[in-house]
Amino acid sequence: MTKLTELTLCEARDGLVKKQFSAKELTQTHLQKMEETRSLNAYITETPEVALKMAAASDEKLAKNEELRPLEGLPIGIKDLFCTKNIRTTAASKILDGYKPLYESTVTQNLWDAGAVLLGKLNLDEFAMGSSNLTSAYGPVVSPWKIKGDNRQFVPGGSSGGSVAAVAVGSALATTGTDTGGSIRQPAAFSGIVGLKPTYGRCSRYGIVAFASSLDQAGPLTKDVRDAALMLKIMAGYDPKDATSVNIPVPDYEKMLSGNIKNLKVGIPKEYRVEGLNPEIENLWSQGIEWLKNAGAEIQEISLPHTKYALPTYYILAPAEASSNLARYDGVRFGLRTSGKTLDELYELTRAEGFGREVKRRIMIGTYVLSAGYYDAYYLKAQKIRRLIRQDFEEAFKKVDVILTPTTPTAAFAIGEEPKDPVTMYMNDVLTVPANLAGIPGISIPASFTEEGLPLGLQILGPTFEEARILNVGYVLEQAAQFKEKALKLRTSI
Amino acid sequence: MTIDIKTVHKISRLARIKIEEESLESLKTDLNHILGWVEQLSEVNTSNIQPLYSMALDNMPRREDQITDGNYPEAILANAPEAEFGMFVVPKVVE
Repeated sequence: MTKLTELTLCEARDGLVKKQFSAKELTQTHLQKMEETRSLNAYITETPEVALKMAAASDEKLAKNEELRPLEGLPIGIKDLFCTKNIRTTAASKILDGYKPLYESTVTQNLWDAGAVLLGKLNLDEFAMGSSNLTSAYGPVVSPWKIKGDNRQFVPGGSSGGSVAAVAVGSALATTGTDTGGSIRQPAAFSGIVGLKPTYGRCSRYGIVAFASSLDQAGPLTKDVRDAALMLKIMAGYDPKDATSVNIPVPDYEKMLSGNIKNLKVGIPKEYRVEGLNPEIENLWSQGIEWLKNAGAEIQEISLPHTKYALPTYYILAPAEASSNLARYDGVRFGLRTSGKTLDELYELTRAEGFGREVKRRIMIGTYVLSAGYYDAYYLKAQKIRRLIRQDFEEAFKKVDVILTPTTPTAAFAIGEEPKDPVTMYMNDVLTVPANLAGIPGISIPASFTEEGLPLGLQILGPTFEEARILNVGYVLEQAAQFKEKALKLRTSI
Repeated sequence: MTIDIKTVHKISRLARIKIEEESLESLKTDLNHILGWVEQLSEVNTSNIQPLYSMALDNMPRREDQITDGNYPEAILANAPEAEFGMFVVPKVVE
């Protein structure tokens, strides 16, 4: 029998129903894996007691043959950006030192209501600001992927670095992430798993530590497309506590995975052949086009003319919103406090000590672009270009049903070999950021490897609220790519 | 537009983040690098384009203007670094 930590979420669900194992066994095996793989630094907080208690409750339900909840007894991990009641929540920042929320985020509440089991809280870039997981105050996450005969450690991507590492290594069946500029899709591509960023408004943001509120969106990180469909159905939904969440029904995504994409129109945006796009990724993109063609899709070149402006636009808007959102960390209401003689000094010293370098840099940029005299030139200008970017997509989706692109311009880089200047680092998100600015859904599917053996992903973008469609195209790609089978041959064990 | 040390000081003051003297120069370099890079946006013609602040503003749901939450000061204060008599404690402010 397959090891329990190698099962997908859906396989584990079916195994529990058939009583092949108990929720307790399933949880214990994952807790053990979590212990064995501590060197990856994927978890900030482990919650074994909570996990075993939740698993026992599920076993009781399973024993009684009651009608089971959709995630009954399935152990998952939560990005440490979601508030969990009475469980430490850090956002990977020193400034939230000791913070224990007294309320639960809506997305995690939805998961517990569906019977899921909490294994722990997962590492991330500080306040989700980063593409490498190197900015965490709790240290970097190490990718489970290695190159044969090479001792270097690689980044898992970010900001949801712990979330992807845990799924890739099998210390959680599935995890949650958040995506503001690519923080679900980019690390999913780097780590060889599936990552879905839903439409803005599909999942409630209530109880998620805010980074850039007009861009942030929660989504699942999973071993395959079917698992993503199952997780999203539970995570999504209208929430009166989040005025930006949208009140339209959540379909049964899993049932809609037909694998049929005959005559589906797939757009290939010429502007995504960006500078610095790795040739191996270009080849993969062509391969992806072939796969979809073979499945009966029609391929069309399209134009998204403002693509090159998306990243600089994002690096005005996201820091601007962050500088405003992070004003709440003042040393008065929660978290770290550094004493000062005056109230202003208390603020300045607390924030100097509590925030890391990248967070400070972004708050400073945000403060500058919002300050008197510069607001129109930077912030207002960027919001206008944001509209042009959304219009590009609206025009494109009049002609095509989905858009296929690579997820990242390169594969993962080694820890210590990361770009030293911030702008080069930001380029990691050049292919993912436009979807956040336009509010549309996107999914990254593990599709191939570099010659050295590091994973690469393909991204599918769809019109708003067409998650079922991009999942279905992802399902087709997954079957064509046979990534898992190839990975088994390549994977160096940890 | 390039920013000088005086401006870095001013931004750090507005952001309420104390920056150590020895970090000012490298922060200035980083900020100028980022601002120089976003400068390319000025080449886009945006006359007659309305800014897009959020996806959600078109169809936000409305609700009755009623109080539906609150009345738990203990929970609000539970994470405060310093609290007394049901209030947050801060250094004395006299203006």
